[in-house]
Amino acid sequence: MEILLAIMIGVLYAAGIYMMFRRSLVKLIIGIILLGNGANLLIFLLGRLVKGKPPIIAEGSKYLSEAYADPVPQALILTAIVISFGLQAFAIVLIKRTYKVVKTEDLDQINTFDEFE
Amino acid sequence: MKSIILRTASNYLLPLLLLFSVFVLLRGHYLPGGGFIGGLVASIAFVLHAFAHGLRKAQRYFPIHPGFLMPIGLTLSLLSGFLPILIGDQAFLTGLWMADPLPVIGMVGTALFFDLGVYIVVVGVTLTIIFTISETA
Amino acid sequence: MTQQLLIAPLLLPFALAIALMFAWFHIRYQRVISIVGSVASLGLAIWLFGRVWQGGIISLQAGGWAAPYGITLVADTLAVTMVLLTAIVGLAVSLFASGSMINQRLRYGFFPIFHLLLMGLNGAFLAGDIFNLYVWFEVMIISSFVLLTLGGEKAQLEGAVKYFTLNFLASIIFLTALAVLYGLTGTLNMADLSVKIALIEQRSLVDVCALIFFVGFGIKAAVFPLYFWLPASYHTPPPAVAAVFGGLLTKVGVYAMMRVFTLMFTRDPFIENMLLVVAFFTLFSGALGAMTRNNIVKVFSWLIICHIGFMLAGLAMYSELALAGAVFYMIHDIIVKANLFMLAGVTNKITGTNKLQMMGGLYANYPKISLLMAIPLFSLVGIPPLSGFWPKLSLILGGIEQGHWPLVAMILLASFATLYVIARVWAEAFWKKQPEFERPAGFRYFGDYPVLKRVLMLLPIGLLALVSLYIAFGAVHIQTLAQRIAAELLHPEAYIEAVLGSTKELMP
Repeated sequence: MEILLAIMIGVLYAAGIYMMFRRSLVKLIIGIILLGNGANLLIFLLGRLVKGKPPIIAEGSKYLSEAYADPVPQALILTAIVISFGLQAFAIVLIKRTYKVVKTEDLDQINTFDEFE
Repeated sequence: MKSIILRTASNYLLPLLLLFSVFVLLRGHYLPGGGFIGGLVASIAFVLHAFAHGLRKAQRYFPIHPGFLMPIGLTLSLLSGFLPILIGDQAFLTGLWMADPLPVIGMVGTALFFDLGVYIVVVGVTLTIIFTISETA
Repeated sequence: MTQQLLIAPLLLPFALAIALMFAWFHIRYQRVISIVGSVASLGLAIWLFGRVWQGGIISLQAGGWAAPYGITLVADTLAVTMVLLTAIVGLAVSLFASGSMINQRLRYGFFPIFHLLLMGLNGAFLAGDIFNLYVWFEVMIISSFVLLTLGGEKAQLEGAVKYFTLNFLASIIFLTALAVLYGLTGTLNMADLSVKIALIEQRSLVDVCALIFFVGFGIKAAVFPLYFWLPASYHTPPPAVAAVFGGLLTKVGVYAMMRVFTLMFTRDPFIENMLLVVAFFTLFSGALGAMTRNNIVKVFSWLIICHIGFMLAGLAMYSELALAGAVFYMIHDIIVKANLFMLAGVTNKITGTNKLQMMGGLYANYPKISLLMAIPLFSLVGIPPLSGFWPKLSLILGGIEQGHWPLVAMILLASFATLYVIARVWAEAFWKKQPEFERPAGFRYFGDYPVLKRVLMLLPIGLLALVSLYIAFGAVHIQTLAQRIAAELLHPEAYIEAVLGSTKELMP
């Protein structure tokens, strides 16, 4: 399972970066979304995968005695997902507005105000 | 998108989904669910309605612009976090709970009001985004 | 009770933003709420600063969950200093925006989002937990995206695409670094990390993790190979927004680096060499960029990059003297850079352009305003005894002490480059006679504004100039402060104890 996830994270990162290098605005957004998902999975993987062991301390004991599923990565991922939800919504509105104003989605064309002055 | 099936179904789905969203909100403290997901479900109900009946009809359910739900929800969340400071000089966001659970709703505490605030904010944000995008399309 | 009030710098801007959202359609009220609220924030920040200055580090466990399990807020001297500077710049920008910004932009919610941005900044400074730092960074950048695109002009949207992409990328890299760090240590509390990272045996993994953090923060701080988004976007938003961006946003990246590379990642030759090289080239490329540009806002944007190099140099040298220089420089730079962008906004309203060739005649037409503007301009250069001089002295002395000759040479060179650039700005914009050129129809000149608005535009420049003068002539106080911060950064034991102290006996 770990190896499968590791490969998948690698593919997500690679695909995300590849999409970001394309010149299209829409592909840029897709690339960013893929990268974000890759990062979330990475947190999940590096928080150690444990199945069916909730982190509940047994009665009478003070510490968890055996391996348990760490709840922190899940909380982190949830937060990160909510944040990227907001960012992606913003990004989609942004590229829509940009496309309307600039009338192109080629990233090389949106440099009109960047000229050397 | 204006098929008769969707239109008829969405009339029934709107109250059902809203009810479901409240259910998800209430069970959220110990089980999967909570304000964020509940709010998304509720806004999906309105979005579905907008798909079936058009944007105007869906907007008619809101006497105020859904954007104004954001400050309302934020205020609720802020106050529920602030309550422990005012009452017991405890840290911000400390959970205060009523001693006995209420029927149907279950345990009532500041966490529930915080979640309710999140619910309202999510509905406000999502609907504002979707209404804005589809208005200018 | 003091501990509980540590959360106030977060809650006050939050409450203000909510109040401003309720007043969405009433811009007149928004202005008043924003200014009054900013004054209150300033008072709060001064009070908090006083408490920490006298009583030492304060920490708060949100929700009563003990560290390292809960969310911790820590106010050490560096954090409260940054909160204080944020409040000062926040007040100045609030005044300036009330005077200079057109109603169309204010109607799309400049003020609520601006206060959310300030909340994000305060949160980032007070966060004692690295994931929380990430969340506050996100609050900050989401607000900054909106502020950057407010108005939706073509130039703004083009700048925003670049700004958005690279900042989002930085967030993802930051998140990746967090994942690696969590995998290595199993904790996210910075004080706890400080203890646990030192125990890890595979130092190469720690170095990789540090490098990922460096890239993430480096994009935000606009250091040498990662700064391209900054000059592409900072000249597009209205001057009030550019002021808060130029003054505070990049410095948050530097602040995060200072935290991470003093508290968490103990020095080894790899990190040290990396920081030295990057500082060197940041100074170099920023200075070159500033010298070759002819648009006053672009010149200032490149100067931001150049001067990030000074702070990075201090961090790289890692002695108490150099670190104090870096902190002092940051204090000086936040005030002056915010002021410069507001100044550029006013000169634009007077002359009708941002291009240096087209500007001119400022001194002949507005001698008093020009003299006021001279204070931030020459403070930036650091003509003694103005405020830029003292931190550079510390940095150079620190560099000589440790024998980092190339970096010392580059610091001197960058200082001369700044002098050249500012002299050119002064000669072109203030002394030269303004050439005739075609002005856009319907341009509203400075003279056309009502008196109140003109005062609101000049008041914050005067306010920040006064703060700069205080930094210059009260340099002893600031130096004492900077040295105390440097000592705290180099010896994080007090920080760790303030966070973990009470819970140590609980650890298995």
